[in-house]
Amino acid sequence: MSIVALDEPGRTELLMGNEAIARGAIEAGVSFCAGYPGNPSSEIMETLAETAKQIGHYAEWSVNEKVALEAAAAASFAGVRAISSMKQNGVNVVADFLTNLSLSGTKGGLVLVTCDDPSGISSTNEEDARFIGRIGFVPVLEPSTPQDALEITKFAFDLSEELKSLVVVRSLTRVSHTRGLVRFGEIKKNKATPRFDTATSFHTFPVSFKHQIMREKLARAAEIFEDSPFNQYTGQDRPEVLIIVSGVSVLYAKEAISLMGLQDRVGLLRIGTTWPLPPKLVTAHLRSTDRILFLEEVDPYLETSVKAMSAQLGPELGLKHFYGKESGHIPSVGELSCDLVAEALHRIMDVPLPAVDRDYLDRAKKAADELVPVRELGFCPGCPHRASYWSIKNALKMDGRDGFVSGDIGCYTLGIFPTGFNQVKSVHCMGSGLGIACGYGKLGAQGFDQPVITVCGDSTFFHAGIPALINARYNQSNFVLLILDNSATAMTGFQPHPGTGMAAMGNPAGRVDPEVLCRALDLPVTVCDPYDLPGTTKTLYEAVKQGQEAQVIIMKRKCALVQNREGGFPYRLEVDQEKCRGLNCGCSRYCTRIFRCPGLIWDSSTKTARIDEAICVGCGVCADVCSHSAIIRRPKNVGQTA
Amino acid sequence: MKDPFNLIITGVGGQGNVLASQIIGRALVKKGYLITVGETYGLSQRGGAVSSHIRISSKDQYGPVVPQGMADVVLGLEPVESLRILATYGQPEVWCVVNSRPIYPIGVNAGDAVYPDLEVLKNTVAGLSKKLWWIPAADIAAEIGGFFMTNVIMLGALAATGSLPLNQDDYKAALKDIIPPKKLDINLTAFDRGLAEGRA
Ligand code: SF4
Ligand code: SF4
Repeated sequence: MSIVALDEPGRTELLMGNEAIARGAIEAGVSFCAGYPGNPSSEIMETLAETAKQIGHYAEWSVNEKVALEAAAAASFAGVRAISSMKQNGVNVVADFLTNLSLSGTKGGLVLVTCDDPSGISSTNEEDARFIGRIGFVPVLEPSTPQDALEITKFAFDLSEELKSLVVVRSLTRVSHTRGLVRFGEIKKNKATPRFDTATSFHTFPVSFKHQIMREKLARAAEIFEDSPFNQYTGQDRPEVLIIVSGVSVLYAKEAISLMGLQDRVGLLRIGTTWPLPPKLVTAHLRSTDRILFLEEVDPYLETSVKAMSAQLGPELGLKHFYGKESGHIPSVGELSCDLVAEALHRIMDVPLPAVDRDYLDRAKKAADELVPVRELGFCPGCPHRASYWSIKNALKMDGRDGFVSGDIGCYTLGIFPTGFNQVKSVHCMGSGLGIACGYGKLGAQGFDQPVITVCGDSTFFHAGIPALINARYNQSNFVLLILDNSATAMTGFQPHPGTGMAAMGNPAGRVDPEVLCRALDLPVTVCDPYDLPGTTKTLYEAVKQGQEAQVIIMKRKCALVQNREGGFPYRLEVDQEKCRGLNCGCSRYCTRIFRCPGLIWDSSTKTARIDEAICVGCGVCADVCSHSAIIRRPKNVGQTA
Repeated sequence: MKDPFNLIITGVGGQGNVLASQIIGRALVKKGYLITVGETYGLSQRGGAVSSHIRISSKDQYGPVVPQGMADVVLGLEPVESLRILATYGQPEVWCVVNSRPIYPIGVNAGDAVYPDLEVLKNTVAGLSKKLWWIPAADIAAEIGGFFMTNVIMLGALAATGSLPLNQDDYKAALKDIIPPKKLDINLTAFDRGLAEGRA
């Protein structure tokens, strides 16, 4: 029984923002939930899947974000409430559907949650998904805390039904991955039975007419937002400086104001209804002062909206000083923090920074600079990707034509770093590795003679790889596709996907076998075990050499973390200290310097390699890397116990 | 207690940071505190540094990130990571509870970087802390069942310092709420061993 599903109004729990969003949907009486994993959003759908049976809603991991929103829209068309969750990149994937959905309109409350990732803590980009509000003509709401996330999600369903429009809730890493106290409300009972009314229809025609309606809906949303409880002001009637803020930054601002003792001088207008902005509310506050500071994460969205509003009113409002990302008072990239807010106030108002012991910090920083080594990202010990990249590296070297790898999104993105021997030369979005390989594979006629390997994880292959592979088959592009089939969406927390035979709610599901799929395209397919370094290297080398048409090699090995959960690995490793010749060997520390599994460490006292028992999981792969056979693998149950 | 009181837990992906912060969070909520826990992981789960910021107050809900120079306690599951945290969040009154067992960055194994001598590191952290507990959690863990116990041993050590407004029963009750029954005994043993070590 998940706490999130408890029907106990008034109960207070420490919930993660994402759990609170799920709770909000449950309280709103959601019937249908669909999403695609991506940090920092994954726990929303995980929680909805976990609570599905208790509550009686449906939840699925869809093959990609676009399909997820389309499926959720169907539930809305049939008159029930539906939610779709994703990270910022997913909003790009749904954009084509969404910009038409806002013309067709919706029926049952339909909410899209995007979790944006300032600083790209777990992302390949730092993108502001609020752009979709402008191009899609849909309202955008922004929670600041987990409690707020619950309330705003719940409200989003009502708003959607009132406007007959999709509503976007935009969360942030520091809302989604923050735990805070959340008070439960009532769970809506008596949900409607889904039924499509055939007297209605959902399409975009006549286009200009629907475009007009869409604009009217947005104007109506702005009116509703004039009195929204999600916009709050704290401070004097006429503050010296007005802060207009959305998202988690409201907490940073509050703390900075209190640390600097500026309660009587700075006013704080927190905006929860970011798009469209309620014009009366905003202009009333603009009239209260001449100096306005904007705090928001990623792009200056509020900032440009308010400035546009101010320009529109022009002489009536008078001259204003705007401070924010565009004036350089707030950094244009990266997360915000209390310290950055304090810094901005210090510059704008010429007031002292919060009291901290700067001498101490200088001393500590100096010590850290001197002593603390960089901790680079790397594959887990035992990760099959390390083994795959090892074979790729060796096969391309044997081939000798300066081949390279086109990659995309998943744990295997780390192939751009030394942990993947820097083999991957491009990374963009889901499935782009394959699409880009399609292009290289047709450059031969212009004299391009480098072999190209593209790597694609199993979940990514289903998400966006398949159309590109069909393109390759159709246009007869030449490359080698490695499907890194580790039976997991490992990067985002091991969600099931079409290849696993399991569905989100824990039930068995139809299994799609990438091998069968590729064979159906009439492409040559080989299945390899990445742990078999010599065998895989040979297969890869031959595939690269052949170079006539697209070929598929499926690297089949479970993600090491999944394997750890399912009983672990067979070996206990040891480096034979007699055989390991350390620095004198001529290998130049091949195992620790090049292979770089964190389970292998360099003992600077003996000048030999060693196994770190706290780290090594016992996959045994490194035993094949040492040319002196100094790394020895033995079955685990022999000798000491694990 | 200072209000807000700021605890930072730091370590390396896979060391169980999040579980430790969940247990502490749960125990504090049961005591009626307003708390906010900010987790930083994401990509860093793959061998990078991870941290949890816990803001404790009886008055207000604070933001998920501790302002610089304002940590009151650092619970370090890995030694150099503790120093990394002090460089941004430390202050002269900070208490540090640190596991003495390094997890070597790959760059160190590869010879691109150097892991500091442990004595030097210990003295440096001590010089930057009002009080330091240097806990051989990995040795204890190896003795009682495995390295994965490190986080709970360190929780025991933290309990021994009495820095948070929690007694050992509060920690244990939260452990019971969060750890699955099958693994509870070994975790309670780990906690007690950490507690004893912290008191020693
Ligand atoms: S989570 Fe799995 S796939 Fe990802 S790096 Fe670790 S072992 Fe490899
Ligand atoms: S056996 Fe070797 S490659 Fe595998 S985890 Fe241990 S040290 Fe790493």
